Amino acid sequence: MDELIRYAPGLAAGFLKNLQLAALCALFSLSLGTILVAMRVAPTPVLRGAGAVYVTVVRNTPLTLVLAFSAVGLSDTLGLTFSDTPSTNSFWLVVLGLSIYTSAFVCEALRSGINTVPLGQAEAARAIGLTFVQSLRLVILPQAFRSVVAPLGSVMIAMTKNTTVAIAAGYLAESSFVMKDTFDNTGVSIPIFLGLVAAFMTVTLPIGVCASRLAGRFAVAR
Amino acid sequence: MSSGSTVLFDAPGPVARRRNTILTLLATIATLGVAYLVYAKFDEKGQWNSELWRHFISASTWTEFIIPGLTGTLTAAGLGAVFALIFGAAFGLARLSEHGWIRQPAGAVVDIFRAIPLLLLIFFMAYLSPTLFGRGDYTLLALVGGLTLYNGSVLAEVLRAGVTAVPRGQSEAAYALGLRKAGVMWHVLLPQAVTAMMPAIVSQFVVLLKDTALGYIIGYQDLLSYGFQFLPANYFGTRVSSAIVIATIYIGLNMTLSALASWLDHRPFAPRERRTLAPREQRLAPASE
Amino acid sequence: MKTVIVLVTCTLGLSACRGSFASTTLIDRIATDHAVVVGTKWDQPGMGLKVGRGEPQGFDIDVAKYLINELAGGQRMDIEWKESVSANREAFLTNGTVDMILSGYSITPARQQKVTFAGPYIVAHQDTMVRANATGISKVTDLEGKRICQVAGSISYKRITELPPEGKLGLKVQLVGAANYSECVAKLSGNNLDAVTSDDLLLAGFAAQAGGGLRILGDPFTDERWGVGLKRGDIKTCLAVNTAIARMYADGTARRLMDKWFGKATGLTLPTTLPPAEPCN
Repeated sequence: MDELIRYAPGLAAGFLKNLQLAALCALFSLSLGTILVAMRVAPTPVLRGAGAVYVTVVRNTPLTLVLAFSAVGLSDTLGLTFSDTPSTNSFWLVVLGLSIYTSAFVCEALRSGINTVPLGQAEAARAIGLTFVQSLRLVILPQAFRSVVAPLGSVMIAMTKNTTVAIAAGYLAESSFVMKDTFDNTGVSIPIFLGLVAAFMTVTLPIGVCASRLAGRFAVAR
Repeated sequence: MSSGSTVLFDAPGPVARRRNTILTLLATIATLGVAYLVYAKFDEKGQWNSELWRHFISASTWTEFIIPGLTGTLTAAGLGAVFALIFGAAFGLARLSEHGWIRQPAGAVVDIFRAIPLLLLIFFMAYLSPTLFGRGDYTLLALVGGLTLYNGSVLAEVLRAGVTAVPRGQSEAAYALGLRKAGVMWHVLLPQAVTAMMPAIVSQFVVLLKDTALGYIIGYQDLLSYGFQFLPANYFGTRVSSAIVIATIYIGLNMTLSALASWLDHRPFAPRERRTLAPREQRLAPASE
Repeated sequence: MKTVIVLVTCTLGLSACRGSFASTTLIDRIATDHAVVVGTKWDQPGMGLKVGRGEPQGFDIDVAKYLINELAGGQRMDIEWKESVSANREAFLTNGTVDMILSGYSITPARQQKVTFAGPYIVAHQDTMVRANATGISKVTDLEGKRICQVAGSISYKRITELPPEGKLGLKVQLVGAANYSECVAKLSGNNLDAVTSDDLLLAGFAAQAGGGLRILGDPFTDERWGVGLKRGDIKTCLAVNTAIARMYADGTARRLMDKWFGKATGLTLPTTLPPAEPCN
């Protein structure tokens, strides 16, 4: 127990980094995911194909490889550097890699929302003479957004947990690395592990409860 | 293009056709532009140099590095899948129990393991094992253990969802026939639930396969560590080309598994569903990982 | 309950059930079990490199084989090789995951708190590696303000950033994190770092691989004594290993191995006589 108290500041600082990563990735992945889903339902086959290729490639690659590659391939090869300070640079590379990965899942969650809308709705919208854009805006999308809350919630929970894999990209300031470092130096400690587990649960469980409650409230009765 | 979306607009007239052509042109230019940019940047660093890629044509690279790595990955994935199924079945059924003292703790366990990061679990098990079991190599144990606990919990939820999704009439009829709880579960509910949930179970195995890559972080010799660490150490400068090759292998493996899940959904005796706008593959994809 | 868990683990086909909790010395265990686990690096050419499915190859591996042969008195030994990265060497020795470590493991007072060192079996010198076309860096003090590689668990970067006793130069530099030295070298050639500083024997392996793209400054500034890491307190094995190392130099094996692995590199000064042994702590 005293190890937990002794290392609490370091672990808390690390956990804060996890939260920062999660918040930024949520922002970027939601934006990129929306663009992707627009591409995937667009009338142009080229855009649809590009979107499908992106999602297939990214969803089927392990996150560890995506992050390790973003540290090596993107940074070293494409010369993409965000800052001269190595730790900040590393931080933003992790944000980029994790956002690229999560946006594929966001896209699929949004697409599943669009696809839960029954065919009859689209047919009815067409039948009363609405154009493509009007039927989307007035009939399809409102129903679609109301049913994406639950899948999006679980994508966000998974993303929060995935911030721990930042260690694979060489980012050494977040909590799972701090925990590993502590174990390497002073041996395994159950209280430290339980403390970190509790910290993560205080973030993921409320998101889950919130998402399911919101989903219930917004659900379209059919 | 799913049949649903074509309902949203009529066959395009001349204005729409022109607009579509312009959009297609712009999209093609944009996509090719991005692709060329990436290609050029990689070329700048000499990544397309045949020197770096010719290693993958020689058989020794495959038998010495890639096949052992693949064996490591598939071993961990196979063991993880088996134990996760057992765990998922046990806890899924426990959550359906009428007895609160079984149902509540099982529910707590499943919720906890689903809420914590898998990597933390694996680290903890890898570091705790020497204290519990003495000297030894615990990377496989920690990896399989972590995968079992996490994916087993998700499978427990999938199974529970499957059983509760079986139409109520089935269990009512079974009770009416005089079967008791165990009999209803075993003869009526579970077979239908498992059949219906098979695609979701296989999709979860895709997640499991991807998560075996976490073994790289604790030093387990899987495809990622062979391809990303040992191969480049032997052949200088091949880190990027190796990464691309092993990414392709992972994508191939996972797409095969997903195709299996999709085929399972196509089978003639898959349950009927309400017809919506969704194309088939949409219903199978796990939302989160 | 513990028996059940151990049985289950064994049936998974792991080599996990290798021993009991008995804390016998390594040399006694070698005599009874004829099995030993050695930790080396697996991604450093010349020192310890996994060349495929088989066992790793390198200077550290050959030295380990010789020493174990001596400790076992010529009996056939079952050697299991394990990768030990810089970050977890002390942890592996303490919890018994490996029995001995030879991985360019420099003897330092801080590490002597946690492990027992036998040897040293060779003395390396810390040097710096830069890109071949890097102007402006010709000696190690030119590294002021530049980006150097920081590998978790390795003390090499501290020799530059800190003053004695842990360091030497106390320069102000920017540290770029990496998991291991082969990543450092990749970042160096990709221009994400300016210099990789480590023992010259280690750098020589990478420089040889890179063809002409990287050069070593040839400005050594410390003596790094590479020792054999053993579990803390195992004095008996430490003394036996020291005897074995002395024999390695006496019968010419040390010279032969150094020529085999480092003979082609230029600019290295290798010891010709047995380095003075550290007292076993």
